[in-house]
Amino acid sequence: MTAPKTLYDKIWDDHLVDQADDGTCLLYIDRHLVHEVTSPQAFEGLRMTERKVRAPEKTIAVPDHNVPTTPDRASGVIENEDSRIQLEALDKNARDFGLNYYPVNDIRQGIVHIIGPEQGWTLPGMTIVCGDSHTATHGAFGALAHGIGTSEVEHVLATQTLIQSKSKNMKVEITGSLPPGVTAKDITLSVIGRTGTAGGTGHVIEYCGQAIRELSMEGRMTVCNMAIEGGARAGLIAPDEKTFEYIKGRPHAPKGAAWETALAWWKTLKSDEGAHWDKVVSFDASEIAPVVTWGTSPEDVLPITGTVPAPEDFTGGKVEAARRSLEYMGLEPGTRLQDIEIDTVFIGSCTNGRIEDLRAAAAVLKGKKIKDGIRAMVVPGSGLVRAQAEKEGLSDIFIEAGFEWRMAGCSMCLAMNPDQLAPGERCAATSNRNFEGRQGRGGRTHLMSPAMAAAAALTGRLTDVRELM
Amino acid sequence: MDKFTTLTGVAAPLPMVNVDTDMIIPKQFLKTIKRSGLGKNLFDEMRYDQKGNEIPDFVLNQPAYRNAEILVGGENFGCGSSREHAPWALLDFGIRCVIAPSFADIFFNNCFKNGILPITLPQEQVDILMDDARKGANARMTVDLENQTITTSDGQTIGFEVDPFRKHCLLNGLDDIGLTLEKVAAIDAFEARAATLRPWV
Ligand code: SF4
Repeated sequence: MTAPKTLYDKIWDDHLVDQADDGTCLLYIDRHLVHEVTSPQAFEGLRMTERKVRAPEKTIAVPDHNVPTTPDRASGVIENEDSRIQLEALDKNARDFGLNYYPVNDIRQGIVHIIGPEQGWTLPGMTIVCGDSHTATHGAFGALAHGIGTSEVEHVLATQTLIQSKSKNMKVEITGSLPPGVTAKDITLSVIGRTGTAGGTGHVIEYCGQAIRELSMEGRMTVCNMAIEGGARAGLIAPDEKTFEYIKGRPHAPKGAAWETALAWWKTLKSDEGAHWDKVVSFDASEIAPVVTWGTSPEDVLPITGTVPAPEDFTGGKVEAARRSLEYMGLEPGTRLQDIEIDTVFIGSCTNGRIEDLRAAAAVLKGKKIKDGIRAMVVPGSGLVRAQAEKEGLSDIFIEAGFEWRMAGCSMCLAMNPDQLAPGERCAATSNRNFEGRQGRGGRTHLMSPAMAAAAALTGRLTDVRELM
Repeated sequence: MDKFTTLTGVAAPLPMVNVDTDMIIPKQFLKTIKRSGLGKNLFDEMRYDQKGNEIPDFVLNQPAYRNAEILVGGENFGCGSSREHAPWALLDFGIRCVIAPSFADIFFNNCFKNGILPITLPQEQVDILMDDARKGANARMTVDLENQTITTSDGQTIGFEVDPFRKHCLLNGLDDIGLTLEKVAAIDAFEARAATLRPWV
C-alpha cells in the first residue's frame, strides 16, 4: 500500500516527466495562460532560437493588464504607445503561433484568471501556469496552479514542461459557517492577517473545512487567488459536486463519455486520511468579521470595527514598516477605521470581478445613490460577466447609484492602463495588493470585499456593511 | 545566454535590506517587449528625481561606480514581484554578479536564468566586501566561478558555495530550454500515456 498523499502530492506525482539525480523535477504542464505583459520576451526568445510552441492547443492567450476599460475602446486608439505595442505584440504572437486567443473585441475577453475557468480550460487535477502571480486562483478547482517568470514562460512554450522542486504541504482549515455579511474575501484576508505575508513561503496551501465547502466556486476562487499574498506557491481546494456543476457544459469541458471518465477521476482528487502536513492553521468562521486593510501590505488586516494601530503595537522589523505604512497611508494611530474617508471605489480584478461579486455589491447599492463627489467604477472580470450582469439588471443598479460601468480588464488593480489613483487619493478596492504605488504613484489602497466596497461608496468612508443590511 | 567564468570589475556598495524588485525596476517600465534597454531605468526612483534628473548621491550615479559590474547588497535582496525585468535591468546596466547575505527565491532563480551570478555569503564576509567596494573605482574585485572564490582589491580571498548544476550551466552558457529539450523522449512518452489516461486534457 502506498503512503497517504495530499491532493498536492497526487497532482505532482501525476505530472512528473523526469526526476534528475539531484532531485530536480520536470513537471508536465496541462494549461498555459498567456497575457501581454510577461510574454513578449518569451516569444522573442522562441523566434531567436527558431523554436516552436510545443502545444498551442493547450495555450490560451488574452490581453488584460494594459487594455483600456472605457466603453469606446473598440473604436478608440490606445494612447499609451508602449501599451499599444505590447498589445499588438500579443496579437501577432497568438496568431503566428496558433494559440487559443481571445482578442480585445471578443466578448469572451477578460482577466486571464477569470476566463480560464469561465471557458472550461481550468479543470480539476491539472497543472496550470501563467506569467502572473495570481494564477493560484485556478486552485479553487483542485488544479495545481501558480505564477512563473518570463524565462519559464518561454520554457513552457517550448517544452510544455517546467523545472520544479517540490513545495511543502500546508493545511488551512476554516471550521463552522460564515456569519452574515462576511465573505470569501474576509476569509482570505483574515488568513493572511494571521499567518503573515511569509506564512506560506515554500508551501502549497490546501484550504478545507465547512466554511470553504459552503463557498460557491466564485468564493473559492477569491480565497485561492490570494494564496500568493500569504507567500504560498499555490492554493488548492479539493473538487466536489459544486465544482463539477460549475464545469459541466462549459465550452472546453469534457463531454459525453469523456465527461464520465473525467468525473470518476476527479472524485479521487482529495487528500488521503492520514496524509502528512508540514504546517496546519485552523480557526472557526465565527471568528471572522468583515475586514479592511489599513497599511501597505496585505497582512495589515483588521476588522472594520477596529482602530488604526500604532507602530509600537508591533515588534521587530514590523515597527519601522508600520511607521512607513502609516505615513504613506496618511493615517493617525487610534483613528476609528470607520471614520476614514475615501475618494474612490474600485470593484473588479481577478480577486472579485466575477458575477457573484457584482451581485453582492449591487445588493448593497440597490435603489441607493453613492455619496456626492465619490469616484466609483465597476470593472467586470470578463465580457461574459459584463453581459450576464446586464441581463440581470445589475448594471442598471450600478449606473443609477452613480458608478461607471466599464469593459473587462485588470484596470485599477495595477494601474497599467489609464485607470489610476492620483497622489494621495484614497481608494476602497476589491483587488489584492495594497503596495505603495500599486494603484498609481502615491495612491492609497484599502482592500476589502465587494459588499464592503459598495457600502463605502454609499457613505464616503470605510463602513461596516452589516449596518446597511 | 552568455557564459560566466571569471569577472574582474568595480563593485558598487548598496547597503540596504529588502531591496525589492519594484525598486530595481518600477512597473512603468514593464511595458517593454524587449529584454534589453532597461539598464537606464535600473533603480529608477532612487536614481532620478521626479523631473528625471540624476540624484548625485545614489551610488550608481557616482563617477566611480558608473561602470560597476558587481553589486554588494543587504539582506533579502530582490523580494517582491516575480518580474524578470529586475535581472534584465541589472544585466543591461552591466551588473553580472550580486553579493548579499540572503536573496528572495524567485529573484535568485531568475538571476541564473539570465547569466547573473548571485552569491550568498555570511554577513561578516559581505561586510568585508562592502568595505572594499566603498574604496571606489580603484577597488576592482575578481569573482572566479570555476574556483568559487572572490578576491578583494587588496588580495584577500573569500570562498563561496554554488549549486553544482547551476555552476555548470553558467560556466557553459547553457539555458534550461536546451537542457530540457534533451529529454524530449520522456516528454513524448508522458504525452502518449496522458492521452490514453486523460484524453480530455
Ligand atoms: S486583476 Fe490584478 S492581480 Fe489579477 S491578473 Fe490583473 S493585474 Fe494581476
